[in-house]
Amino acid sequence: MGTGKTLYYSKDHEWIWVDGNLAYIGITDYAQDSLGSIVYVETPKPGKAISKGQVLGVVESVKAAADVFSPISGTVLEVNDDLEDNPGLINESPYENHIAVISLDDPDELSQLMNQQQYEEYIKGV
Amino acid sequence: MIRDERLIFEKSVAGRIGFSLPENDVPEVDLAKTFGEGVLRDSEPEIPEVSEVDVIRHYTNLSKRNYGVDSGFYPLGSCTMKYNPKINEDIAAMDGFSRMHPLQNPLSAQGSLEILYRMDKLLSEILGMERVTLQPAAGAQGEMTGLMIIKAYHISRNDEKRVKIIVPDSSHGTNPASAALAGFEVVHIPSDEKGCVDIASLETILDDTVAGLMLTNPNTLGLFEEDILKISEMVHKCGGLLYYDGANMNAIMGIARPGDMGFDIAHVNLNKTFSTPHGGGGPGSGPIGVVKELVPFLPVPIIEKRDDYYVFDYDKPLSIGKVKSFYGNFSVVLKAFCYIMMMGSEGLKSASQAAVLNANYIRKKLEDVYDIPYNRICMHEFVLSAQRQAKNGVTALDIAKNLLDEGYHPPTIYFPLIVHEALMIEPTETESPETLDAFINTMRRLAGQAETDPEKLKNAPKTTYVSRLDEVKAARTPVLRWRP
Repeated sequence: MGTGKTLYYSKDHEWIWVDGNLAYIGITDYAQDSLGSIVYVETPKPGKAISKGQVLGVVESVKAAADVFSPISGTVLEVNDDLEDNPGLINESPYENHIAVISLDDPDELSQLMNQQQYEEYIKGV
Repeated sequence: MIRDERLIFEKSVAGRIGFSLPENDVPEVDLAKTFGEGVLRDSEPEIPEVSEVDVIRHYTNLSKRNYGVDSGFYPLGSCTMKYNPKINEDIAAMDGFSRMHPLQNPLSAQGSLEILYRMDKLLSEILGMERVTLQPAAGAQGEMTGLMIIKAYHISRNDEKRVKIIVPDSSHGTNPASAALAGFEVVHIPSDEKGCVDIASLETILDDTVAGLMLTNPNTLGLFEEDILKISEMVHKCGGLLYYDGANMNAIMGIARPGDMGFDIAHVNLNKTFSTPHGGGGPGSGPIGVVKELVPFLPVPIIEKRDDYYVFDYDKPLSIGKVKSFYGNFSVVLKAFCYIMMMGSEGLKSASQAAVLNANYIRKKLEDVYDIPYNRICMHEFVLSAQRQAKNGVTALDIAKNLLDEGYHPPTIYFPLIVHEALMIEPTETESPETLDAFINTMRRLAGQAETDPEKLKNAPKTTYVSRLDEVKAARTPVLRWRP
């Protein structure tokens, strides 16, 4: 995963990397930079069914707490346990540290997300 | 100042005592017999063993590290840190009030009851509401009370599908928190390009599952929601209620009333708008007023006047019940009553006018050196952005830390969330032009330094008791209690 691979981006600043029918979800560099030092990440329970737009988790920084919305629908398969002891990993390398992996139930939903170029344009206007 | 970081527990010396009690000259009571075995402790309490002078020095030195509105300018946006007139304290300390017992016969407490009754009337008039409960102990509890009333209202109409509370993305964090605590589903609406509620988005959300909308007006950007009448009409049309978060009431006292804007429930912080101490100097008080239709749901007791006597009325079958022990924080209500009496209706109006004038004065004097994302005539506060300074590595946090070195309490930072590098400035009405000018000059100098010597600003504060703290560590591994 990470830069160099094809990522999809949401307007709420989540990224998705798709590997077969697995979707890795994290927050973008812009999101971690806006939040500042992250002190806690609340991850979902594996097995939980999530529909597009629902809250997948919460990222808490010294400045604010922000919901992470799931850009697609699916079932939570696993979460990134490393974040429990070291939430700052997201600040260090946001694209190397996903928050959760969910099943990709409807690949068509990806078409509603942005590619890297579109996302870069999008954050210029935020 | 002698630097002594020890807690009072660490100053304890076994056997040292502060004072000696005289020999017991009343009959001994068998405590176990009186209260029962189970409630008596079997070991000595673990309290510090220190002399009287140790205690006095400990707390006097701690108090010197404090910063309050009595020490200097405190432009903490959204918090209305106005000066607390000392006459309020004198009145509240009078024996006739301070020696009251909440359970004494109401017939012997008519003066205090009269004050509560008249305060209800005064706040009802200021808010444009029918009746006010003085019970909530602070703003967040007022919100909770308001939401419980919203719920009780819908349930009383057998309209139980209303599960959603709408809050703007610029709202105070307590709004969605209170709504969630009250069992509602929270729906956020975005702000439009003017910084106000986006009417088009609101339109798409409103349906018969909406219980109500919570709004601060002026909002957290310090801007008046100009479409409030339209918003109110839309929410009411779909059957929802409108809750007014009164955190920013200081901008509109005697000028505009939430009731006239269409709000059904209006909250106000006595510990902001009505000059009672705020924060560590509290406790607070967050009364809420309601329109006529919602009066039956107010917490009990309500104070009524019957045959020249003030009485507690508990006979309210639809009431949500009590939300606070006894009748609320009486002495805080009393201080606010004193303030309202002292100011009078014209005085309250001119306080709001001066608060708005002061905020606009600072805004105009800083608009060329800082970005102000929603730059138009503001109300009692405004939000500027340190985005320009952040390009040189100087963030809103750095500016706040440097203000500490300059002897100011910093503004609220990183709120509202919709403004990057936000600094939210609320001067209040009690500041002189000289104080405002001094603050403006400091802010301008910091903006200049952010261009010429940004590195220097990264190291503040230098003059405070402790320097810059590790916020991540404080959040991740806080030390919450002392252990031997």
